[in-house]
Amino acid sequence: MNTFAAMPPKNYEVLPKTDESGTPIGELLEISMGPHHPSTHGVFRMDVVLDGETVVKLKPVFGYLHRNHEKIGENISYLASMPYTDRLDYFCSMTNNWAYALTIEKLAGLAVPERAEYIRVIMAELTRLQNHTCLIGFFVQDMGALGTPMMYAFREREKILDLFESVSGARMMCNYMRFGGVRVDVNDEWLAQTKVLVDGYGKFLDEFEAFLTANEILLARTQFVGVLPKDLAISASITGPMLRAAGVNYDLRKVDKYGIYSRFDFKVPVGEHGDIYDRYMIRVLEMRESIKILQQALRDIPAGPVMDAKAKLRGFRPKAGEVYGRVEGPKGELGFYVISDGSPNPYRYRVRPPSFINLTILEDMCLGHKISDTAVILGSVDIVLGEVDR
Amino acid sequence: METLEQIKARVEQTLPPVKLDILPNECPAGERSLLVAASAGFAVAKFLRDDAQLRLDYCSNVTGIDWPDKELTEKTKVKQVMDGVEKEVEEVKKTLRPGFLEVVYHLYSMELKHGPVVLRLRTENRADKTRLPSLTPLWRGAELQEREVYDLYGVIFDGHPDLRRILMWDGFKDFPMRKDYVAPDDFEYEPTPHDEVLDAAKKHYPVEAKPEVKPEVKA
Repeated sequence: MNTFAAMPPKNYEVLPKTDESGTPIGELLEISMGPHHPSTHGVFRMDVVLDGETVVKLKPVFGYLHRNHEKIGENISYLASMPYTDRLDYFCSMTNNWAYALTIEKLAGLAVPERAEYIRVIMAELTRLQNHTCLIGFFVQDMGALGTPMMYAFREREKILDLFESVSGARMMCNYMRFGGVRVDVNDEWLAQTKVLVDGYGKFLDEFEAFLTANEILLARTQFVGVLPKDLAISASITGPMLRAAGVNYDLRKVDKYGIYSRFDFKVPVGEHGDIYDRYMIRVLEMRESIKILQQALRDIPAGPVMDAKAKLRGFRPKAGEVYGRVEGPKGELGFYVISDGSPNPYRYRVRPPSFINLTILEDMCLGHKISDTAVILGSVDIVLGEVDR
Repeated sequence: METLEQIKARVEQTLPPVKLDILPNECPAGERSLLVAASAGFAVAKFLRDDAQLRLDYCSNVTGIDWPDKELTEKTKVKQVMDGVEKEVEEVKKTLRPGFLEVVYHLYSMELKHGPVVLRLRTENRADKTRLPSLTPLWRGAELQEREVYDLYGVIFDGHPDLRRILMWDGFKDFPMRKDYVAPDDFEYEPTPHDEVLDAAKKHYPVEAKPEVKPEVKA
């Protein structure tokens, strides 16, 4: 019996390379990078065509984690979608909750009590801190710094997840917000613990930056690699730190001023070159701004209820109409588009996933670079496959 | 930003034969939208992007909606003379609204920081005339999202650079986000199906009727 027959098909292809007149001058190699490649951050595949080590073509392949989140959302009640939003971008369940709650509040005309607004800001900014910290850890790992920087990042993330756990009962799948407020109130002890963490976070960032920001290897691997021009970034609907690294000042916390963001004093860092180094730097600076917001929110948080008295959890049927709501998630603009026909389930439930749309220009950023750079470029986009494939 | 009426008036003035409709939104906080005929979709979108006052350079969200055939009932009160007495009678009028697929674009401006303008395009029906112009040449950000609408709803975008399935696999035949899509109930393999699963499996794979084996009876 031929034992080779049982082997899986090879995941590479040799293609002819021709010059302009069509005469063969060499060979191109088409390889399938992923879906189980460690640097793809999940199950994501890139079909890469290589000339030597240089990328000449790259097509992303999606769908390995597709479960039709939107169809599920149309078949269950409004509230039942709330825990499902945790599973979109499982690093940032709090901001996912907020985006969905904000959309439905807009649809049903619910107000949010003052204290709940402050709690939401605190949760969202803590989420931003842990997401950006981890992302830097991951993408430094993609460059070959195995283990240690990621463990430094995860040490800090654990502290934030402990805070989430003590208030919502879950570390990652928080399911914390509700239409018209938040599920449970936080106590003074929790706020004091958060204040200790926030005050100490700047020191951790200093330490982290001392190792990375001027690191020779990091500079060599990131500067002028994966450059995203400003015009292309706008046209391709790139949002979040990627967009701001390309030099566009567009932060929904400033543009839409949703929630109570107009009350806080913070800046929007904007990059210049649009390369990976700018993206790294923007995230570090954004974390420092988040610390400022957190300090102000923890100082000003008032006492009071955390749920709108008019809000109804059971038998919730918003009037007919459609609405699009969006927030500035750590990865970019996270939007929800909901159409209600007056029944308990939404007629249409759509998620605008930032990390999926940010992958539009992956090929443009990788062309002309070496195959080893694609891992770093992909790492700097900051994707979570739960959100990309939905 | 200008009101939707002003935008409509200016579009109709600049691109003469084009007529736009403003669709109401029953939700007070939500935005009303502009309905454009498919043939004029590209020209209107280009105007919205390039116009100096609007500069809608950022296409945030692209999505599809399925509207199947629907029987609309309209109740009108009609005065009728019955037995010499004038009475008000409710008359129910039923009309069939043919189904269509709709693609919605949420447009913002990053330069002027305003928005959104909601643009809607509709296909003629849900079966064979599901072609719409692609807006990917105007906004690169629509590329993956239009592919997704094609994949899940079956809208074919003319002028899209790379229209392939994106979330479902190549070779998948149906469009799962349509309202009349029925998920196959045998997608989970069970080695020994029983109860409802067995009934469902029988529907898909008719079990051959086997002759009953009778035990031999010794004489």
